[in-house]
Formats: sequence, C-alpha cells, structure tokens
Amino acid sequence: MILSGKAWKYGDDVDTDVIIPARYLNSSDPAELARHCMEDIDASYAGKVSPGDFIVAGKNFGCGSSREHAPISIKASGASAVVARSFARIFYRNAFNMGLPIFEAPEAVDAIETGDRISVDMEKGILRNETKGKEFRFSPIPPFMQELVAAGGLLNYIKTRKKGS
Amino acid sequence: MGMTLTEKILAKHAGKASVAPGELILAKVDLALGNDVTSPIAIQAFRSTGAKAVFDRERIALVPDHFAPNKDIKSAEQVKMMRDFSKEFGIAHWYEVGRMGIEHVLLPDLGLVVPGDLVIGADSHTCTYGALCAFSTGVGSTDLAAAMASGEVWLKVPESIRIVLTGKPGKWVEGKDVILHLIGEIGVDGALYRAMEFAGDGLAHLPMAWRFTITNMAIEAGAKNGIFPFDGITKAYSDARPRSKYEVVTADRDARYAEELSVDMSALEPVVAFPHLPENTRPLSKVGNVPVDQVVVGSCTNGRIEDLRRAAEVIRGRKVHDGVRMLIFPATQEIYLQAMREGLMETFVTAGAAFSTPTCGPCLGGHMGILAKGERAIATTNRNFVGRMGHPESEVYLANPAVAAASAVLGRIGGPEELP
Repeated sequence: MILSGKAWKYGDDVDTDVIIPARYLNSSDPAELARHCMEDIDASYAGKVSPGDFIVAGKNFGCGSSREHAPISIKASGASAVVARSFARIFYRNAFNMGLPIFEAPEAVDAIETGDRISVDMEKGILRNETKGKEFRFSPIPPFMQELVAAGGLLNYIKTRKKGS
Repeated sequence: MGMTLTEKILAKHAGKASVAPGELILAKVDLALGNDVTSPIAIQAFRSTGAKAVFDRERIALVPDHFAPNKDIKSAEQVKMMRDFSKEFGIAHWYEVGRMGIEHVLLPDLGLVVPGDLVIGADSHTCTYGALCAFSTGVGSTDLAAAMASGEVWLKVPESIRIVLTGKPGKWVEGKDVILHLIGEIGVDGALYRAMEFAGDGLAHLPMAWRFTITNMAIEAGAKNGIFPFDGITKAYSDARPRSKYEVVTADRDARYAEELSVDMSALEPVVAFPHLPENTRPLSKVGNVPVDQVVVGSCTNGRIEDLRRAAEVIRGRKVHDGVRMLIFPATQEIYLQAMREGLMETFVTAGAAFSTPTCGPCLGGHMGILAKGERAIATTNRNFVGRMGHPESEVYLANPAVAAASAVLGRIGGPEELP
C-alpha cells in the first residue's frame, strides 16, 4: 500500500494530552474527537488537515495516557499515518489495534518540514520526500501489523479470521 | 539463562518454561481493568465482536473515577454504559460512586491484585501494581475488549533495567522523589519498551505506599512496567488482604538486564518537576521563587493515607496562603474514612483547604480543580504536560505531599523546613 500527502511536523515527546486533551474525553465519537485533534499543540491542524496527510514528529510520540482516543482522533482527522523517530509503547499498540499505520523513520523525520509532500511505501519501507527530492528507507512494519492495518484494526482482523476459518 | 521478575511472571502466564526479551507471547490475565474514559470504547468494541459472555466475571474490574461523580451529561452517559454492561454481564468488580476509589489505589487495597499476578488495564498507570511484585501494564480500550472476551493479551517480552536503590532517604524525601529523580536522570523515554526492576538494600526503607508511587510513574519514563521484589513489606501488605493466596516469584541470580542504574537515596533532597514534562526536574533547593495559585494533594500517585498524613503533618496549625486554593483528594472511600477518624480532614479544612470525594478529576484537567490561563499549580499527581490540569497556558509542577503542603502555606514552591 502506498500512502501520500502533506506533512504536519511536530517536535519530541508529543503527548496524548496535546493529541486529544482530556476535556474532550467525555465523548468517544470519532468525528467529535477529530475536531479537537492536536488542539493544544497546533490549533490550526484540525481545520486544515487534508485526507491522506501525515503527522511527522520526533522521539516518543504518543507518550502519556492509554487513551485510544488519541489514535482514533488522528485517524478520524483524515491523517493516513504518523511518522516519528520513536513511539511511546501504549500508543504504538493502540495505533495498530485501531488500524492507524505508524512508522519509525528517524532520518526521514529530520529531513521533513511542515508542508512537504511525502509518500510512503508500506511494504518496501520507503519514504519519499517529494518536495525535497529525497528518499529514505526504514524497517517495514511487521507482516502481522500490516494485516492489522489492512483489516482496519485488531477487532476487524479477528472477525475476518473467524469468517475465514 | 536466568530470568528477571518480569520474564518469570510472563512465562508463567504464557504457559512456558522460559521467555526471552523480544518474544511475542499470548498471556493469561488475572485481572483486566477499565475506567469511565476507556471502558465505553472497550464495551462498544467488545459488543462488536459478538461475544455472549466475558471470560470470567470475577476477573474484570470497572471503576468510574475519571469524570465521576459525573461532571456533565456526557460523562453520566459514559458511566451509565459501564453500569449497564456490568449488570448485563455480571461483572463482580463494579465500583459505584460512594463505594469506589481511584482504580490504582482501590484494587490493591481490596486485595484484587496479589504478588505474581498479571494485570492489564486500560489506563497507563496500571503499572502501579508492580509494587506488589506483579506484572501490570497499561493498554488501550481495544486490548481491554479483547481481554474481556478471551482472558488473554498479546505482549512483547520487554528487556529489564535493574535499578539498585541504596541508602536511607532523609526526613522530607519520599518515594515520589526517588522516581522523579530517576525520570530526571533517564528522561521520559529512558525506559521505553522496558521493565524497571527495583533492587538493593534501600528497599528496606521503602514502605508499600512509596513503592506504589514509584511504580505508578514507571510509565512516565516510558516503561512497560515497574516491579519490586517480594519481601517482608510486600508480605505484610498482601497478607492483610482478603485474597491472601499467592505465589512468590523471585528473579534468578543470573537474570540478564539490559542496563543497571543506581540511586543513593541518602543523597537525595525533595525533587520538583517543572512544566511541561516529568523529566524537567530540579532539587527543591534550586527551584527559586515560583508562586502558585493551586495545590493538589491526591491522585493514584499520592492519594494514600500515608500521603494525607504527611501533608497534614506539614499544614497542621497553619493556614493555606491567601492567594492559594488547596485541594485534597483521598484516593478511596476507606482512605476518606480513615482521614476522618484520624482528624486529618479537620486539619485540612481548618487550614482553609477543600476536601473532596475520591476522583481523578483534577489530575487530568477533568473537573474539580481546573486551572485558568496563566495559572500555576503544584500537585502530587503524575503528569505536567501542556494543558494537563486545564488551560493550555497553565502550568503544573510535580512534588511530594510534604512539599505540596508547604507550598500551600508559603504561596510559592517550597519545603517544610522553610515554614516558620
């Protein structure tokens, strides 16, 4: 699968509180959560993000809470994936369980600025910064994770497997 | 090759003789936990699987603590969904407001977690139970849904870091200072994907309450879990609970650790974490003049009776500063009652503090203590991210209960020794 879109670049340790502030956690409606996605780090994100865009960030993206509302809000905002130097553990798990692809690509992150057009080949592990004409390789996500993403998350994956068996 | 505490507990729950770091396992859970923020999504996901029953009604705990007592209609609907689900599926451990507490203090106090257990919870601070020599870790709602249906969770076996604690902490130094110091040293991703296993002769000076505070904040260093070895202190706590049957797990002498760190607790002074990350720590003597508008004592990190006693000891006979709002949140109904019996509640109220029913409200900027733009709080909670306690342009500083109480009197961040 090839993903492509514009980059929204952020720094290190982007926590779940700024991805989706706790004041909105009295709802689990994806559309409602998407309206407030990234609000406390970038109030312009939710109004301007286009379907297919990427969130690009430094180390330890998604640190903090176990709230699945964080990957839900990112996915519902239209973003196709998150690219970061590294991810916090629970966020990593939740993102795959939700079917939101995420990639650890440290070198690529350094060479991306907000607004750059990028594309990602998930199977081959290639990220192209088309604006800057640069190409980076990263470890492709494990096949199990790719299946989760293709199925749209852990529960869909389980249901599909049940039907198949 | 020997195994660490974490590896031993994971191997046992995966039905294997041994496991090694990096290995993916399917493990049986002794307890699966959700709160009013994470359970609604888990319940919807659980229903979407078409499951007709939960794996074991005795091994699921649902605790409405974040926006409860309900702060608005939406949170009332969320809690109602949990209540209805608990009734429909006969969940044994549903804790209604008035009979509840903050999950990570309530469940061990009730004896629902014992040494050697494997616990997952849809709350990042589920790592707290490692204080009891259990493996416990935070997961998301989908993982909770899958565990409620199957009784299992997939886990990657983490590498372990061994943290050797030595020395006796000074008078105003507590477990909170040990963990804040460590996070300051290694950073908020210093233990990413790893287990933090504590060891050393300093453990003799760490009461259970302090151990809970330390493992509670393992996630603030990115860790998968934090874990203490079983000793006399663990035994005394565990044997006093209803579920007193458990299996003692010990690390092998030749267990392999990815790294070893040490902390001389006798050399520590109280530690304060500055905004907006728990790693931005400074020793109390280097804080400078930081006026505060609000002081919060409580949360799953420091809302135990020992914490309230400590704050009361500092504030007794004194007054909360004119410009400060001081909020006290006991973590459970039992702690609330105990604070009443011991006269702590009277001490706080007489000093001019507000005393609340148990809730996570202020810790995550939910309710009962939201900060306005430009306001600053010092809290015994576990996170000080941007907007954590309210307005994105407010600030949260983290400290132990004695420092928080002293700051309430001083109107700025300071320690008990500065009080007249």
